Amino acid sequence: MAIVNNEVQSIATLARIEIKPDEVPEFAAELTKILDFVTRMNTIDTTDVEPLAHPLDALSHSRQDVVIDDDICGTLQANAPQMENSLFLVPKVIE
Amino acid sequence: MTIYPDTVAGIANALAKRELSSVEITRHYLDRINALDRQINSYITICEAHALEQARAADRRIASGQGAPLTGVPYAHKDIFCTKGIRTSCGSRMLDNFISPYDATVTEHLNNAGMVLLGKTNMDEFAMGSSNETSFYGPVANPWKFDSVPGGSSGGSAAAVAARLAPCATGTDTGGSIRQPAALCGITGLKPTYGRVSRYGMIAFASSLDQGGPMATNAHDCALLMNVLAGFDAKDSTSVDHPTEDYSATLGHSIKGLKCGVPKQYFDKSLDPAVAASIRQAITELESLGAQCVEVDLPSTELAIPSYYVISSAECSSNMSRYDGVRFGYRCRDPVDLQDMYTRTRGEGFGKETKRRILIGTYALSSGYYDAYYTKAQQIRRIIQQDFKNALAEVDVLLGPTSPTVAFGLGQKSSEPVSMYLSDIYTTAINLAGLPALSMPAGFVDELPVGLQIIGDFFSESKLLQIAHQYQQVTGWHLLAPPLGG
Repeated sequence: MAIVNNEVQSIATLARIEIKPDEVPEFAAELTKILDFVTRMNTIDTTDVEPLAHPLDALSHSRQDVVIDDDICGTLQANAPQMENSLFLVPKVIE
Repeated sequence: MTIYPDTVAGIANALAKRELSSVEITRHYLDRINALDRQINSYITICEAHALEQARAADRRIASGQGAPLTGVPYAHKDIFCTKGIRTSCGSRMLDNFISPYDATVTEHLNNAGMVLLGKTNMDEFAMGSSNETSFYGPVANPWKFDSVPGGSSGGSAAAVAARLAPCATGTDTGGSIRQPAALCGITGLKPTYGRVSRYGMIAFASSLDQGGPMATNAHDCALLMNVLAGFDAKDSTSVDHPTEDYSATLGHSIKGLKCGVPKQYFDKSLDPAVAASIRQAITELESLGAQCVEVDLPSTELAIPSYYVISSAECSSNMSRYDGVRFGYRCRDPVDLQDMYTRTRGEGFGKETKRRILIGTYALSSGYYDAYYTKAQQIRRIIQQDFKNALAEVDVLLGPTSPTVAFGLGQKSSEPVSMYLSDIYTTAINLAGLPALSMPAGFVDELPVGLQIIGDFFSESKLLQIAHQYQQVTGWHLLAPPLGG
């Protein structure tokens, strides 16, 4: 199944990744090869086979919703590209 | 010149007898790293001051009689595990400036044991790769042959242990990332049962497959490290509440009467004939120790890689969505608006292989394709698991190669994604099934190490380590170290 150039751009838009125009043909060719390879999956009939999500079919456990970390706000904020008054700054969203 | 012990057990023993101090052995490893790692590039960050501080604390702890079995023993930590106050890059430009605000549970366990962190090891970006060539910090050289890859994604950990730049290391394994580099570098590595080692603070690639584990020169050392790493963790919702054990307790037991299955699909045309001969020889050795081997069938083997690449890429695309340039990590310069910030941050911050997998995963999960790819892959995952269950109902463990070839040349496969993926042909199925598996050195081809893989039933880590240990009592492959000087 061939992935064409404009499909690469639309997948990249969904994934929020900038792909430069000159990179598109190479990505298209590689994605096509990978998808051709995975279509090998269709050689086996999987009707009525239950999909497997967790290898032990275990249910995820949960814990009480309480804060268990020490006060790490300062160290969390130290990693942010831009902060002001404990708020994460991003480019203007609404004009 | 002082000769230092180079195994975890040897160092722990010398520390307990006060023949050696933790500061002395830590200094020894730091000196080796400083002398030799420029050529190998196995470490991303060397934690010299922090290591010596931990070593001094370990010496005080031992002196006060409060030492745990591995107190004062140095280790290398894959740069995928969060370490409080120390950069945790995951091999990516995206996290090049990330100082973790907390410790992974595994890091906490290592700290509580009193072990000494020498540094954070190189790896494929976000653990996506089989050669360590996708790292933002450059490729790692295989210590046995510098123009060959060490394997991946835990290539830095494997190379550091093989080059004796650490007595042991942590690794993570999503589709073979502990076992394949262990095989290619000639060391021992264990991928535990899914859920056995906490994933909290272990940067996620494919959450239903990722599992951390020990890497060392031999099985005994892996068992000792496993005692530190394993355990239920309430902070990891997929952690399995299963009793832990002393993984070294049964190492000395004979394997007489052990029933081993040899999957016929693991000896097909993809396997290098010289590697096959080494593996056959290792199986003969195990038979001479009393193991009984029979051929078994894993009919869906060739569907493992396609299923694995769909599931892992889908989970990757979801996990990688957190890197948006807002709260931590890389952000592009001068974004004009929010959309521009997201797309350029991710376009510039991720390397090519990571982008490729995000795109594949995004495609497989997109409307109209979900059932054809993701659901189909998960159905095949169950069939693959059932193959293993059927085989393991007849035998105790399965034996075969870890990798179809010995280490390949740097750059040899990096332009061919599918051919790189095929180097994981014998390892990915085990992650899909969630089973534990171990790789250990079992010979050499063209002066490069060959790894034998032992696959067991859920929570059979002790048995895998016991088999490897028994093999290592009568063979010497695990004792060989690359000639590096230093």
